[in-house]
Amino acid sequence: MIKLFSSFILIIAAAFSACAGDPVHSAPGDIKLPAGFKAIVVADKLGNARHIVVNSNGDVYVKLERLKDGKGIIRLRDTNGDGVADEKFGFGNFGGTGIAIKNGYLYASSDDQVYRYKFNDKNEIENPDKPEIIITGLVNKRQHSSKSIALDNNGFIYVNIGAPSNACQETDRTAGSKGQMPCPILETAGGIWQFRADKLNQSYAEGVRYATGLRNVVGLDWNTSVNELFVMQHGRDQLSQLYPDNYSNEQNAEVPAEEFFIVKKGMDFGWPYCYYDPIQKKKLLAPEYGGDGKTEGLCGTKEKPLYAFPAHWAPNALLFYTGNQFAAKYKNGAFIAFHGSWNRAPLEQAGFNVVFLPMKEGKPSGDYEIFADDFVGGKENLSPSKSKHRPCGLAMGTDGSMYISDDQGGTVWKIIYTGEK
Amino acid sequence: MKIFAASALLICGAYFIQAFMPAQQQYDVKAAMARGKKVYDKICIVCHQPDGSGVPRMNPPLIKTKVTLGPKPKLVQILVKGFNEEVEINGEYYSNPMPAQPQLTNQEIADVLTYVRRSFGNKASYVTLAEVKAIRAKLK
Repeated sequence: MIKLFSSFILIIAAAFSACAGDPVHSAPGDIKLPAGFKAIVVADKLGNARHIVVNSNGDVYVKLERLKDGKGIIRLRDTNGDGVADEKFGFGNFGGTGIAIKNGYLYASSDDQVYRYKFNDKNEIENPDKPEIIITGLVNKRQHSSKSIALDNNGFIYVNIGAPSNACQETDRTAGSKGQMPCPILETAGGIWQFRADKLNQSYAEGVRYATGLRNVVGLDWNTSVNELFVMQHGRDQLSQLYPDNYSNEQNAEVPAEEFFIVKKGMDFGWPYCYYDPIQKKKLLAPEYGGDGKTEGLCGTKEKPLYAFPAHWAPNALLFYTGNQFAAKYKNGAFIAFHGSWNRAPLEQAGFNVVFLPMKEGKPSGDYEIFADDFVGGKENLSPSKSKHRPCGLAMGTDGSMYISDDQGGTVWKIIYTGEK
Repeated sequence: MKIFAASALLICGAYFIQAFMPAQQQYDVKAAMARGKKVYDKICIVCHQPDGSGVPRMNPPLIKTKVTLGPKPKLVQILVKGFNEEVEINGEYYSNPMPAQPQLTNQEIADVLTYVRRSFGNKASYVTLAEVKAIRAKLK
């Protein structure tokens, strides 16, 4: 009787979770996805697979943060249409994060330069050993050094230049050290720079500081439905560690938000002077600049987020879904790959997942939902190095499939929809 | 005379024990580990994580690395002066700076280094107050 009762409970629970539309496993050991979606492992153990892009012929290009076997870009080719890569080809002698395809070129970034490779008429890289240098001499001081890229339809390329700092203190990440006023880092970093996509050897003098006050952006995408740039900012770290009198560890685990922005020319998002408190729903003055967790100060005039995501989850990729394979609700909405937190410690880590934010006309039209989950590969989540996978890149295939990359296990998944629409 | 001999023996004996007793027994490792954990949980835990595993390519791990298990002067120097250089640690590079912790007392430094060198699977020698004092004096 007890057995019968418990199986009944199990069935009810299963039915309920299916109805609620929560992600489920399509096979044991897989990542979790909503019902009707399936994940195919395109390749694994690739190394630190950062951003990815899919060419019109279905080839997947993966940018590696560190060279593997001397190569920094891996091309994955599926020759029999089962989604799994049968051919791997490595090239490029630089590690980095950014990768994109536009107007017959593959663009890829190291931590201080942006290169491009020309495709020939057979969709092969014409000269894999001799890329052109498009942008050079960008700030690379190790911290927040990855240069993510996005291209618009008017011949421009946008490059994130992350601030090599947490909050522009005189001495970085040091208790008691004041914030520099004005912050000199903002002259060459802490923002998005715009360059020509087809001009060689550009540096700061040829570029435009398109927007400022962004601490570090890894995920960014050009939204073709409204023709604007959108970014996900990595919010500041260590409020409770540096200012234990004003912030508890529990507060630090929830503040500040990871902010989602539309980026227009000339905008200022407030770093390092301000951060966004998602509980008070306000931009507040940073403690390095005299803030106490309540004071707004000069932050009232800074751009506010379109949407505030949980603190410290580390958004590493942003993709606007323009395909037709997934259900209509996904069209022009935002997928965001979260790398997963470290700054929630000593509290449990969180946010190793891919979320979906519905959007209409360039504005969020509802709350986010977790789309892909279970990258950690276990229940306990005490430290990011123990996670099996860490989502880092997103791309869409021409057939409307979505690809997810992982810079911990080196896996690339192809996500397809097999259910009813 | 008898009393004198007995006390001489006692004094000698006490001296003998003090001189030849291994330092290990004088140093209360357990107490140092407990004090060291308190320092670690307050200052180090966020970047280096509760299990000392760090954050991939950002904050270095403390588990069986050549730095953690290596010479004590370097460890004291990293704590007191901070560290922000591109170095390879067990085959990987790490991007974030290690902030200096000059506010720590010699005792706290000895305790936290002892904790790190004997936790997370590490089995290196402990660090004494006298060692930290001597190393730190040379740093200034």
